[in-house]
Amino acid sequence: MLLTVVIFLPLAAAGVLLAMPRLSGRAAAAVWLAASSADLALIGWMWWRYDPGSDAAGLVDGIAYEVDVPWIPTVDAGYHVGVDGLSLPLLALTAVLFLACAVWSLREPDRPRTYAALFLFLQTACLGTFAALDLILFFVFFDLTIVGMYFIIAGWGHGNARRSALKFFLYTFVGSLALLVGFIGLFLGSDDRTFDMVTLAKNPPLTESPVAAGLVLLAIGLGLAVKTPLFPFHTWLPDAHTDAPAAGSAILAGVLLKLGTYGFVRIAMPILPDAWRRWAMVAVVVGVVSVLWGAFVALAQTDLKRMIAYTSVNHMGYVLLGLGAAGLVGQADDEARTIATVGALYQMVSHGLLTGALFLLTGWLWSRGRTYAFDRWGGLARPAPVFAAALAVAAFGSLGLPGFSGFVAEFQIFTGALQAAPVATVLAVAGILVTAGLFLLALQRLLTGATVEPATGHGADHAPTRTAPHAVASAATATAARTPPRVRTEDLHGHELLPVAALLALALILGLLPGVLLDVFEPAARMVTQLVAR
Amino acid sequence: MSGARTALGILVLLPAALGAVLLLAGRRADRIAGATAVFATAGAFALAVIVAGARPGLSLPFLSAVPGGELGFAVDGLSAVLVLMVTTVAGLITVFALVDLAATAARARFFGYFLLFIAAMLGTVTATTLPALLLAWEVMGATSYALIAYRWQHQGRVGAGTRAFVTTRAGDLGLYVAAGAALAGTGNLYLGGLATADGGWADAAAAGVLIAALGKSAQLPFSAWLSGAMAGPSPVSALLHSATMVAAGGYLLLRTQPLLAATGWAADAAAWAGALTALALGAVAVAQRDLKQLLAASTAAQIGFVVLAAGVGATAGGTGQLVAHAAVKAALFVAAGAWLTALGSKLLASLRGAVRRYPVLGVAATAAAFALAGLPPLSLWATKESILAETDDAALRMVGLAAAVLSAVYAGRILAVVLARPTGAEPLDAEEEGTRRVPAGATVVAVVLAIAAAGFGVLAVPAAARVLGDVLGVEAHPADGGDLILGGILAAVAAAATVAVGRARPGAFDALDRSPLGAWAGLGRLLSPRPAMAVARAVAFLDDRVVDAAVRGVARGVARVAVALGRADTDLVDGAVRATARAVRWAGAAARRPQTGLVHQYYVQAVAGLGVLLVLLLVVR
Repeated sequence: MLLTVVIFLPLAAAGVLLAMPRLSGRAAAAVWLAASSADLALIGWMWWRYDPGSDAAGLVDGIAYEVDVPWIPTVDAGYHVGVDGLSLPLLALTAVLFLACAVWSLREPDRPRTYAALFLFLQTACLGTFAALDLILFFVFFDLTIVGMYFIIAGWGHGNARRSALKFFLYTFVGSLALLVGFIGLFLGSDDRTFDMVTLAKNPPLTESPVAAGLVLLAIGLGLAVKTPLFPFHTWLPDAHTDAPAAGSAILAGVLLKLGTYGFVRIAMPILPDAWRRWAMVAVVVGVVSVLWGAFVALAQTDLKRMIAYTSVNHMGYVLLGLGAAGLVGQADDEARTIATVGALYQMVSHGLLTGALFLLTGWLWSRGRTYAFDRWGGLARPAPVFAAALAVAAFGSLGLPGFSGFVAEFQIFTGALQAAPVATVLAVAGILVTAGLFLLALQRLLTGATVEPATGHGADHAPTRTAPHAVASAATATAARTPPRVRTEDLHGHELLPVAALLALALILGLLPGVLLDVFEPAARMVTQLVAR
Repeated sequence: MSGARTALGILVLLPAALGAVLLLAGRRADRIAGATAVFATAGAFALAVIVAGARPGLSLPFLSAVPGGELGFAVDGLSAVLVLMVTTVAGLITVFALVDLAATAARARFFGYFLLFIAAMLGTVTATTLPALLLAWEVMGATSYALIAYRWQHQGRVGAGTRAFVTTRAGDLGLYVAAGAALAGTGNLYLGGLATADGGWADAAAAGVLIAALGKSAQLPFSAWLSGAMAGPSPVSALLHSATMVAAGGYLLLRTQPLLAATGWAADAAAWAGALTALALGAVAVAQRDLKQLLAASTAAQIGFVVLAAGVGATAGGTGQLVAHAAVKAALFVAAGAWLTALGSKLLASLRGAVRRYPVLGVAATAAAFALAGLPPLSLWATKESILAETDDAALRMVGLAAAVLSAVYAGRILAVVLARPTGAEPLDAEEEGTRRVPAGATVVAVVLAIAAAGFGVLAVPAAARVLGDVLGVEAHPADGGDLILGGILAAVAAAATVAVGRARPGAFDALDRSPLGAWAGLGRLLSPRPAMAVARAVAFLDDRVVDAAVRGVARGVARVAVALGRADTDLVDGAVRATARAVRWAGAAARRPQTGLVHQYYVQAVAGLGVLLVLLLVVR
């Protein structure tokens, strides 16, 4: 019951917002903030009460806060939701990111009430997907996230927002249809004729017919690969990100991409263990190609937001490498495969926090100068030192510096995967060098050098102005003191700094004290590895 | 015991925590930053003395899913020497930084990163598990980026930091691979167990460790980042290039010497990489016009002897070299930094007669330069000879000897100018406005370091070498008297010849400075980002023109098919419907024509109809 409240509380708040057309923007923001905070508090409570059992670690048993109500009895689909070690951290991540976006958007000027309602609707859809233990329910929530995000990009985006939103919608929707085909295949192949994930994972379907299982895995894999996104199905991502509002991008990268990787761990691996083992090398290869492709394309970008979008492809590639390695049962021992799985799960949370923070920070650039292009900004550390510091911290976190959560994730993925897939892993390790280079290059372009700001608030066609002389060879601080007085670019405001700082602080905590999260993830990862090895 | 364990924890955490606080406080903390740093480094030194005696071990929970995934730290003989060296030099350099930084400098940021960096180095030299090592190792790289790019307002500084970080991180990748190999080969991530890894995993781990160490220590082929790293403030150069950072690579190889030896090839590779770096970077150092660049190249060269020592198994000699080099190089960098602040230049041409301008500092610098030259009875003479004494391979030994001669030559270049009488025509203030004042603090620091640089020459005495060996728990092989004398004579001759040439013909080295060696022999090109950028652009092109174009093509194709189907729908399907309707309408119109209302016509129609019926009847029957 508590879980149902958690899932639908945001939707109820959205309903309230829509039912009160006279509500002021401030009040709407307050409702949004209150609902998101309450949801996070409830999930915090659930976490507090959650016991990550070692023998009943989730997926097939030991599921907490479980509700199972028949819904479409003819096909045995039900409202079956629950929480285990896989879903709890992702539910928490969702609540954290939505709350961060609520704070960030406190002063949203454009139709704030509808905006808040859409985000709340999207929050319910995301929470529902992570909590769902029934394939049809999963599919419904999964598709609703696409709908919600479509409206956010199309309605509040900029640039070529309509087109990007349409591309996003059509591409991911087609992907979800492949997913549905796969789900129907699972239903038809199951002995019990059910859509229930727990039942299916306990008694995997299609064990007798490898070809059919392979085809079903292909359909599910395609659907999830589009969502994740993995090479070569990733090209909707940069467009959608570039034109989405900052908060929308943060949710898209932080939460929606995880629906794809989550589907691999929750559905593909436990329900089709034979097929996953058989085709694990494909997952590894796709993962490594995504890692390198995403990193190199990101390196070539001339626009900060597109660059970050491509690093998401890179980071999600590590997840697939870890999950693929977990399926290479013959090549590696249980210990190594579990570590790879833990790393992959950790990467989902870590990427959500760090990339969420990065995307929120890109919103600062847009709101101050209406552009993300590297060549139209420069020397921002002078007028906006807080922004510069936050961007630098987020960048170092995202490039996998130890001390931040990304290192914990990537280190475990590499360490666990090397035994199973040595060549692929060594190639993937090179990816962290490219990301280091591209993030440092971005910092160098945006934050240092002569101060460059776009000419006017909206002047996409004006030349950038140079407001500081070129670097001079005298004492460092003298230069800083001599920065020009007319600084238009305001530093981060409180409501912008707070969510970013919170996300970065969480990434730091999870990087230094990973036990908080590992205690929950590890038993679940062990269970996934066992189920795959069946 | 638990007290010592706490001391070890605080040793690493105290500088880290205070550094983080300074960074968070920002410019508000500028005024207390220096005092905080002195407190932190002095405290670290005291704790280092405690842990060096008590040798505690400590383990903090980290990656619970991995055996050996915890953050393990411990102090053994090697670590004890290293923590003492790091904290001593760090404390002295902190004092130097206090007096060298400009009054308006962002001190909180400087000392914040400085302390974090020191904490990372202390973590590196005490780590017993791979996660702990990698954490400290990479944080050290990142903080070195921040320190090198400290004056980010100046052109090129951030670029130099980026290059240093990316280059050392390229090496760091090796440690990630080594960690995976350790897990696969030994089932855990303990550093000490690496040598027992089975089969190919030991090779993979050794290769990874070797690459990581070569990157950090600026050995071939990674050397060129050191040149750019000179863009950092003088105290940063003094710290990074003496007891920390570059020293970390040498330390790691000494630490993992059993692993290198177990594979065989890795030990040889390390020995050759070290020896060749000592030779090549020694040659580069000879051809520098800028004192800091000369010292940077000589750093890579001198650490090359440590790497050689790790390769040939001369742990005691290598450790001695590491410590002696730290003292020598810190003293020289402090002097170079003080001269830069006072005289506004670090070009050798501007530093003519620097010793006479500031005699006490000058004497300290001269002593350190004597040590760098390998002159007896000073420290590097003793340590270098003890390393070469254990180098059995004749070719390797020849390379090492040649490199030792080169170090006498580049040290001679420094001595030739700084000891000369100032002519008054030196191009002072070539790079910045000099203060014409060397603070007493800088002089004191340089003197203390120079005393250490000279004093470690005691390692030439077999008894002293044996004490070091006992501390490290290895058997020391002091060089025998003949080798020591021969090496000393070679160094003295080479240094004296260089000084004589430099005195007699001051322009003698100009041609050398203009040669490729002066520009670091093109080593920078090895680190060029251009190939990576070219790949990136090509891949981005493919991403847009092939991958996304395919998607757009599918979308366009679907739209086109839809239009075609729509047309077919209008023309064919709906056309058929419309044609049917037309036919029916025509038939209806036709059916109306006989309805004329004239009875005689109806009779005719009836007759015609009956006639047709009759014919039909007849035909059918």
